[in-house]
Amino acid sequence: MNQPRKAIALISGGLDSMLAAKTVMEQGVHVEGINFFTGFCVEGHTHAIREKDKTKPKRNNALWVAEQLGIKLHIVDVIEEYKKVLLNPKHGYGANMNPCLDCKIFMVGKAKQWIAENGFDFIITGEVIGQRPMSQRKSTMPIVAKQSGADDLLLRPLCAKNLQPTLPELEGWVDREKLHDITGRSRKPQMAMAERFGINEYAQPAGGCCFLTDKNYSAKLVDLWQARNSREYELDDIMLLKVGRHIRPKPHFKLIVAREEGEGRFLEGYKREFVSLKCSSHSGPLVLVDGDPSAKDLYLAASITARYGQSRNAETVDMAINFKDGSERTIQVKPLADADFVQDWMI
Amino acid sequence: MKETLNARRLLCPLPVIRTQDKVKQLQSGDELEVICTDPGVLQDIPAWCRINGHKVLETRSGEQEYIIVLEVC
Ligand code: SF4
Repeated sequence: MNQPRKAIALISGGLDSMLAAKTVMEQGVHVEGINFFTGFCVEGHTHAIREKDKTKPKRNNALWVAEQLGIKLHIVDVIEEYKKVLLNPKHGYGANMNPCLDCKIFMVGKAKQWIAENGFDFIITGEVIGQRPMSQRKSTMPIVAKQSGADDLLLRPLCAKNLQPTLPELEGWVDREKLHDITGRSRKPQMAMAERFGINEYAQPAGGCCFLTDKNYSAKLVDLWQARNSREYELDDIMLLKVGRHIRPKPHFKLIVAREEGEGRFLEGYKREFVSLKCSSHSGPLVLVDGDPSAKDLYLAASITARYGQSRNAETVDMAINFKDGSERTIQVKPLADADFVQDWMI
Repeated sequence: MKETLNARRLLCPLPVIRTQDKVKQLQSGDELEVICTDPGVLQDIPAWCRINGHKVLETRSGEQEYIIVLEVC
């Protein structure tokens, strides 16, 4: 008997990639999943840093989808390689800092490399023509296939019938007739298909699959680059942008203010890398100071910090300043008055 | 053989990725103890083990740390 053909499916954790994989599995193809971690992915656990989200399930959707489908999942750390995609996207950005088209090309390209190394035959994505304004248009489909190097090894089972036949179809590894012809932004065909497959629970990420599509997050990222005069970033930088209120009173330093306990605990882990502030006379949040603050700047930072927590209405408060070397100093400050707090400081 | 993986301060899915990459270097029957600080691992590492056919031998939750011991199958 012939060995079944093998395909790798890009699994984002959403419904479309799940249906695409399922469609091909139904045809007897051996499917495994691949998921790329760019550092910007919206993860249940990143939200779980915040206490208020603790009631929500903290599962990783890609792992959950793989388990539902009964397939293996390979999660690949692409944090370093992704930098060049984000910093120099050939096809530009979407509404925010999301380089979706370049990102798709990059991920499919990585999948192509993976199938070559692991003896798989083709690649599956859950793309649908017209689903996303930037990266999923009829005109971009061949661009992704070509520029990723995947060419006709890239099968989009959800809209294959509206595209040129690919090698898996031409070779009869999959039956084109059993693939689909979904177009547009309506989710109805996918929902009907999910019902047919008996899939009644799936993630519907409201903000897309990554923070780069988020307006506030993108603003913080651009602010970070401007303040440093460099677009270099490390994982810690981009993780910290997901946490707390960010306030920049001067170009050369900003405050990261924990919004609640969970964030405070997360920021605690960075006390050796940043100067940090915490009110010692009242209860209040942990604040990291990112940048190069002078003694005068730290006084301003302390008076801003005193605006948060129970010290807000106090006459004076004791503010403990922790330095990176572990030394500590306490200063007395007045909480900064509303009239002196410039709203534009909020990033 | 018993190995330990320090995945402290990493947020999911990084502890899962590090576990996955470490397991690739181990042999069937080896044990791996993963020490993490993101409570999400209590859900994700067992899910990853189920998918990939490895066995979770033990999960422990401390004050700030979460430890998962698995057997490579
Ligand atoms: S939303 Fe983010 S992960 Fe998704 S394609 Fe766009 S840039 Fe890539």
